[in-house]
Amino acid sequence: MCLAIPGKIVSIEDNLAEVEIAGVIRRVSLDLAPEAKLNDYVLVHAGFAIQVIDEKEALKTLELFKELMEHEVS
Amino acid sequence: MKFLKEYRDSRLAGEILEKIKKISKKPVKFMEVCGTHTVSIFRHGIREILPDNITLISGPGCPVCVTPNRHIDEAVALCRLPEVILATFGDMMKVPGSKSSLAAEKALGADIRIVYSTMDAVDIAVNNPEKEVVFFGIGFETTSPTIAAAVLRAEREGLKNFSVLGAQKLIPQAIRALLENNEVGINGFILPGHVSALIGIKPYEFIAQDFGIPAVIIGFEPVDILQGILMLVKQVESGTARVEIQYSRGVPPEGNPHAMKVLFTVFEPGDALWRGIGTIPGTGLRIREEYQKYDAVKKFGIEVAESREHPGCRCGEVLRGLITPLQCGLYGKACLPEQPVGPCMVSVEGTCAAYYKYGKRG
Ligand code: SF4
Repeated sequence: MCLAIPGKIVSIEDNLAEVEIAGVIRRVSLDLAPEAKLNDYVLVHAGFAIQVIDEKEALKTLELFKELMEHEVS
Repeated sequence: MKFLKEYRDSRLAGEILEKIKKISKKPVKFMEVCGTHTVSIFRHGIREILPDNITLISGPGCPVCVTPNRHIDEAVALCRLPEVILATFGDMMKVPGSKSSLAAEKALGADIRIVYSTMDAVDIAVNNPEKEVVFFGIGFETTSPTIAAAVLRAEREGLKNFSVLGAQKLIPQAIRALLENNEVGINGFILPGHVSALIGIKPYEFIAQDFGIPAVIIGFEPVDILQGILMLVKQVESGTARVEIQYSRGVPPEGNPHAMKVLFTVFEPGDALWRGIGTIPGTGLRIREEYQKYDAVKKFGIEVAESREHPGCRCGEVLRGLITPLQCGLYGKACLPEQPVGPCMVSVEGTCAAYYKYGKRG
């Protein structure tokens, strides 16, 4: 039940956003994440954006990890 | 979708798995406390691919499953009132209460509407001013702020015909209760990514500090889960205990303070009754004095008889990680997804349903 799906904000009007989730546009409330901006990726749960996805962190985790795989031998 | 491909990359997942196999020596039990993790772990067959010394156990992570019969009975009593439209998330429909379920009541003519969002429930109230709309509020910290936001919207719009049957729960103190009982001997926690997206890392610090057990906030893709398990294994093997975040793209250390403020504007912590566990202080949410008029139990003066659980259903022990569904005598016989005896078989995120769907494995 705590499933949240990432999507991209394609428009914002007041506290309502249109979010593209896997090619489908959904209306999502920004009441819980008012800082979300156009083109941000957000986690959507039950019709609400609950968190803005940090792209830098997403890439960092992956990069760090790949590096670790390549160099670490232990 | 951005990053999904990378976090589902099977080559990367395979490499992480090799790494886990290389460094993991001690026999350990890691518990996940999120139904979405349970489903993801089963779907990707993660239990099977891990080395034999690592056991994954499912805990009380499904909000549907931990909702005791009492609240189902209250929802049934409310939906029988002629003026009430009961709005609920779909998962609650088939959960059997003491004598009836919402699905059975709907078949008998009760006006029950399945909604995707709390805002849909408020819309129903706006569109049906002659009716009373009650939202059956279940969920953890991920969902509860959306219920609070709905109450605040009703307040803003001066809606008099919207209220909430509150049965929401808070996760961290439930973990404390599990650890204090120490029935299972847990060596590490797979912490829920989307609860944590709201509450951040701090509420979990006690797991490491007071109990010396490592815990990692983990995402839901296979690479996330394996990477998180590797982080747990590293801590266990080096004898350290910290709370860490693997799912940093969705969980900043502070969580979402704005959403938590919305939550605690409407609700305050109270005691909560958990199925199979009992009352755990500080794990429930009650509506604050200022918002009492949105409390459906008070508004309609609902009182239900003492609730009864099915005598053969062992959901309580399943939720505490004490037994697997395979040890329940009803599993796969009297209790099936299409004819569930207990909530752990009803909910798609229930442990019994996951065992059944993904091949009855141990
Ligand atoms: S298999 Fe059915 S009866 Fe047994 S514990 Fe699970 S839900 Fe309850």
